[in-house]
Amino acid sequence: MSQEFPYLKDESVVAVQRGPEPGGVGGAYRAFGETLRGLKTTFARIIEGPVTIQYPEEKTPVYPRFRGRHKLHRFEDTGLEKCVGCSLCAAACPADCIRVVAAENDPDDRVSAGERYAEVYEINLARCIFCGYCEVACPFDAITMGHEYEIADYNREDLVFTKEMLLAEPVERTPLRREGE
Amino acid sequence: MTLLADTSFVEATWILIVKSIVIFAVIFAIVPMLTVLERKLLGRFQARYGPNRVGPLGLLQPLADAVKLITKEHYRPTNAIAGLYYIAPAIVVFTGVATLAIIPFGNVQEGFGLYGIDVPIGILYFFAFGSIAFYGLLLGGWASGSKYSFLGAMRAAAQLISYEISMGLALLGAIMMAGSLSLVSIVEAQNQIWYIIPQFVGFLIFLVAGFAETNRAPFDLPEADAELVAGYGTEYGGMRYGSYALAEYIEMFVISAIAVTFFLGGWHGPGPGFLDPIWVVVKIFAFLFLFMWVRATLPRVRYDQLMSLGWKVLLPLATLNVLVTAILVTVT
Repeated sequence: MSQEFPYLKDESVVAVQRGPEPGGVGGAYRAFGETLRGLKTTFARIIEGPVTIQYPEEKTPVYPRFRGRHKLHRFEDTGLEKCVGCSLCAAACPADCIRVVAAENDPDDRVSAGERYAEVYEINLARCIFCGYCEVACPFDAITMGHEYEIADYNREDLVFTKEMLLAEPVERTPLRREGE
Repeated sequence: MTLLADTSFVEATWILIVKSIVIFAVIFAIVPMLTVLERKLLGRFQARYGPNRVGPLGLLQPLADAVKLITKEHYRPTNAIAGLYYIAPAIVVFTGVATLAIIPFGNVQEGFGLYGIDVPIGILYFFAFGSIAFYGLLLGGWASGSKYSFLGAMRAAAQLISYEISMGLALLGAIMMAGSLSLVSIVEAQNQIWYIIPQFVGFLIFLVAGFAETNRAPFDLPEADAELVAGYGTEYGGMRYGSYALAEYIEMFVISAIAVTFFLGGWHGPGPGFLDPIWVVVKIFAFLFLFMWVRATLPRVRYDQLMSLGWKVLLPLATLNVLVTAILVTVT
């Protein structure tokens, strides 16, 4: 060894265990054994069964903290919108995809619980990166990230979600992962 | 027992015509089944489902494939030699179906042999057509006028010479034990013991050579889709390409049937006589399962590895097997 590699220290030379060279009886025996081992490995896959999730029919359940399509919320008792049009979500948004235009509440016909409300609340989901900063920025928990991830559409214009769309109770198309799943 | 098949049993011409039509109908019904079976099995072997969208359980997938292939444009590269380019896919299909004629699915029952024809030279017929089938690949690859096709064709030729002798010698042991070339007589000779037990070495050699004969993994060198695009089939499209695929499945079926006839006792099995063809089909499908299993498992061998396997391992082993069998047959 040390003659072959004079520049190496003896302890740094490691002998590599190799099987018999191909050809000859030893190689043939080894190849045969390895072939059987390979056949066993693939047959085990048949017994285990497919792991495919057949997507449109079966869906992967999402975790509770999954950040999907946004939702706007109302107070459950009064039915007033939680959003007061403060635009903090729009300020926090790194993709700059939220547009809020605030307006004064009419005391006789309140829209939100606060002094002002969002007259226009639009999220451009084509731009949104689903980072969840809007949710964090909101002082009234008026906007949260939902579990919906099937948002694809044919036109970019259709991806601009208005306040009415975000307030509406979304169709639950995505299964939620249960505890311990 | 005579060396050649009994030629005194002659069937009427109309029976032979009906038989040939039935053989065509059966094989063209079996091949679509095989394609969907293979794709589904390959899927299972890889922990996925395989085709399951077209029809119930994906069973209409071959129909969709066939419609797609047939409706494609008939295309010929400028460099291709027209006549040979057109006829090459037909050769492989023709030889595949022709070989199927000699497979016995049962003995003569009520004056009607359950096989296409009991050729007196029996297995030589199989070898003759098996070699002609390679002309389909050779001519197709050469006439395409493309380098990838040409390489595939050359590989097909090299592959043919490196395993065909071993294949013949592997079957020779069984032929000597039965004392006949006729496939029907060979099956009849196995009513005591299937030849897979006394001829196990021959069986293994035949199996390896059979994989090479069908150009399937791990010996799919002429196609070698990773290195040669599609080998001899690179320039083919539409149903001409489909013919090559069809021929591959027919050959797979034929090789399985020959293996069943020579080593697994053909139609022998428990049960009354009318179950004979069912036994043959069950055994053939067991073999086809093995073909697909191996395809799902083994990587393609290198070109020189195939040659060294054919010449340095299989040929000496087959020769030894024949010698030992010859001595034992003479002594006993």
